[in-house]
Amino acid sequence: MPMNTVWLKSDEMGAVPALQEAIQHLDGARGEVVLDFSGVERIDVRALGAIEELAASADTKAVKVVLHNVNVAVYKVIKLMRLEPRLSFRT
Amino acid sequence: MPENVPSLSEDRIGYLEGLVTQARAAAAVFTQYTQEDVDRIVKPMVTAGMEQAQHLARLAVEETRLGVMEDKAMKNMVATEFVYNYVKDKRTVGQIREFPERNLVEVAEPIGVIFSLTPITNPTATVLFKCIMAIKTRNAVIFSPHPKAWRCCREAMRIMYEAAVKHGAPEGVFTCLESPTLPDNVYLMHHKHVALIDATGGPGVVKAAYSSGKPALGVGAGNTPVYLEKTADLDMAVVDILTSKTFDNGTICASEQTVVIDDEIYDLVLKKFAGLDAHICSAEETELLGRTVIDPETGFARPMAIGQKATTIASVVGLSVKPNTRLLIAPIHGVGRAHPLSVEKLFPLLAVYRARSVDEALKVCVDVNHAGGIGHTAVVFSRNDEVIRKFSEALNAGRIIVNSPGSVGAIGGVYNDMVPTFSFGCGTGGGNSTTDNVNVYHYLNIKRVARRTQQHMWYRIPNQIYFNRNAVENLGQFPSRSTIMVTSPVLEQIGHVDIVRRYIPPQTHVHVLVIPDAEPEVKVVMQGVEELRFYKVDQIVALGGGSVIDAAKIMRLLYESPEANLEELGAPFLDIRKRVAEYPTEKTNRARLIAISTTSGTGSEVTPIAVLIDKQRKRKVTLADYSLSPDVAIVDPQFVMSMPKGLTADTGIDCLTHALEAAVSVYSSPYTDCNAMQAIRMAFKFLPVAYEHPGDEEARSMMHNAACLAALAFSNASVGVNHALAHAFGARFGVAHGRANALLLPHVIAYNASVPSKFMPSPHQKAYVAHKKYAMIADLLGLGGNTIAEKVDHLVAATEQLLDRLAIPRSIADLGISQEDFARAVPELAEIAFDDPSWRPTNPRMPLVSELADLLWSAYRGRRQPKEPTEKDGFAYADEYSLAQK
Repeated sequence: MPMNTVWLKSDEMGAVPALQEAIQHLDGARGEVVLDFSGVERIDVRALGAIEELAASADTKAVKVVLHNVNVAVYKVIKLMRLEPRLSFRT
Repeated sequence: MPENVPSLSEDRIGYLEGLVTQARAAAAVFTQYTQEDVDRIVKPMVTAGMEQAQHLARLAVEETRLGVMEDKAMKNMVATEFVYNYVKDKRTVGQIREFPERNLVEVAEPIGVIFSLTPITNPTATVLFKCIMAIKTRNAVIFSPHPKAWRCCREAMRIMYEAAVKHGAPEGVFTCLESPTLPDNVYLMHHKHVALIDATGGPGVVKAAYSSGKPALGVGAGNTPVYLEKTADLDMAVVDILTSKTFDNGTICASEQTVVIDDEIYDLVLKKFAGLDAHICSAEETELLGRTVIDPETGFARPMAIGQKATTIASVVGLSVKPNTRLLIAPIHGVGRAHPLSVEKLFPLLAVYRARSVDEALKVCVDVNHAGGIGHTAVVFSRNDEVIRKFSEALNAGRIIVNSPGSVGAIGGVYNDMVPTFSFGCGTGGGNSTTDNVNVYHYLNIKRVARRTQQHMWYRIPNQIYFNRNAVENLGQFPSRSTIMVTSPVLEQIGHVDIVRRYIPPQTHVHVLVIPDAEPEVKVVMQGVEELRFYKVDQIVALGGGSVIDAAKIMRLLYESPEANLEELGAPFLDIRKRVAEYPTEKTNRARLIAISTTSGTGSEVTPIAVLIDKQRKRKVTLADYSLSPDVAIVDPQFVMSMPKGLTADTGIDCLTHALEAAVSVYSSPYTDCNAMQAIRMAFKFLPVAYEHPGDEEARSMMHNAACLAALAFSNASVGVNHALAHAFGARFGVAHGRANALLLPHVIAYNASVPSKFMPSPHQKAYVAHKKYAMIADLLGLGGNTIAEKVDHLVAATEQLLDRLAIPRSIADLGISQEDFARAVPELAEIAFDDPSWRPTNPRMPLVSELADLLWSAYRGRRQPKEPTEKDGFAYADEYSLAQK
């Protein structure tokens, strides 16, 4: 487990705020940012945009973004948007 | 981008990319929605569309200057309410259809981003329709309306979008191009994230869609011919045509274009039209219209006329008509460029043609159909079903509308039960991928979930089997007026024929037909059939070995069904249930077939198989059908007591091979296993006794029964490569069938018990079980062994020992066949064996030709050498065998 891991919990209502918070943490996270998606059943267009923004920012800052416990439906959305190469997934 | 399309500015590309990104995200998010989510969104969209139907119609007429507001309002309502009525109960998410009887389930997958082009003629209705379809199927749409209908389309889309998003649809699910241009359309048609193009419009748009290389629903122009046949209800027809052709000033592409009228009713029909405010044009007026409303350069209607009132058109071209004229009718005398009004006219101008016969009428309709309307719509008015049938066969149209208006009829759901639509598929004739009324199922990728099915199996055997000594006495219970006994010379000589005659009821006329004791030839069979016909027999008693009984089976087939074609019936097949050949079911004559076997091997008295030699064509014809099975089998050991030792051994091993192959066949079942296993047990026990003590009646009886049981098994489970190889090898080197089987048997057991290089596809079995079946047989025989491998080895060894006891040569080399001769023959023999129907598709391993050659060489060398276990054998042998696993 790398040092400097930032754990954030996201639920359906709070997916966008959590993702935005993760973006804020990127500067301080020298290792990785982990977002716990256990409570997220589905994501909307705004959450999807936030994931895309998070992935883009993380790329520039060499921080690994890990999505934890993403369900299949949400994973498929990420896959359809071809974002999955820029993210890591853990269960 | 294609070379001839102007390039786009970077700003414009950025704008278009933004639209695609937005739609793509919406489509991706939409994949998470359930059926309930979707249905909850669609309903308020429909309500919103209905509420705004008139508003949108007014906007459309104001902007496009085409059509009639009231009619467009109706179209908007149909596009919402009727479409909703069709889709509301349709499942379009997840499992959408189930076919339990076929173990199939269909699952919907959304398409993604659809790029949709909409026409000027039906602008708002088309947008409403496509929005409902897209939401129902979880797709996002980028609309590109016709530039002259952009505002009304955008308003229609806005109404749908707001209703949809308000009720939970993903933001960005619909977008509309601002100021769409041809380069925009081309760019988006080629965009990698656009999954489908749905182009409703003119031929140019449709062609561009299909040329893009993207999956496309391109639905374009028509040219609807109408046949008004003399039996039609003329009042209804005239009103329907008038209603349809004037609806929205004729802008629906399914509306009537040329009416072909039977000569007998032509004048009356025109009179009826005139009575309903149609203006019948003179020849001069027709000529004037032809050169004004049709562009002589392109041959298409001029835009200025499209969607205009009849009076407006008349005024523009300088035609004097009454102010209440609603339709112009122009008589034409042919179809094509010389007759400009024979093309599509999306305005209230109808061409009419006087036809002197049905034939002429159909030909002119075909001509109109081919003048720009292939695959679209055709209409017929007639009360004559034969005329309607001929019309539907002659015309290439996705919609053949009968006794109802073309435009409203083609839309579906109003005059008929077709699917409501605003996109008419025109099939390949129209350059389209479908002839359907485009609907929600065209907006889905439908996945088929096919669960493994187990086809029904069967166990078919003769009606009656009598066995044990004096079973022949049962012949007395079968009344017959005229019987033919088919037999061989030797059986007549040794008195078997007399024994049998004794038990045939005395009032029966019995005729004896002696045929050679060899595989029956066509000539012999045909002579036999002649005798059956001559004596008008109602019963055939076949007394003999396999050859005699086979001959009798074929004689009966040809006697009962003289039209049967042996060549056709003997055609190769893979699955008896699906084969091409059809055995006759109609019977001219009927005859009971009673088979009395005089050898204990082939079991032909109960099998549905007969082999025939066609000397003229130098080939064997194998017939297989349960209709060939004898009605009655008599398995009486008194007829085998005098079998010579060699024949006892050869036929006995044939019986054992039948049973072993049936036991491991992929068509084996509990029904065949019980026969096969018992036959194997009896053969191992009683065959050596019958061979060594020919007079032992119990052993003879048991072997006779074993042969019959083995035949019952393989009649239903078939045999395998042992037989295929024996057929090829035996025929080439003149070796008796049983002996040929014996030479191969130990090698084939070892082959089938090892890891297949190719598995035989078999829905009937859950795993490869041949090795376990052999182990089970070893257990049944009490051969010992702790593992499957040991048990298989013991079975092979026991088979070798049995062959030794029967003094059967233990190698092909022992038969005196030189290695050189054999080597020359092997490649061809392996090919012939591969082509033999015996193993297909029942042998547990699918044999490679090279493996068949190897098996032949193993049999040539003789006694099987125990092989060193290999790692690969772990598959077969590591697994401890137990009955519970079976």
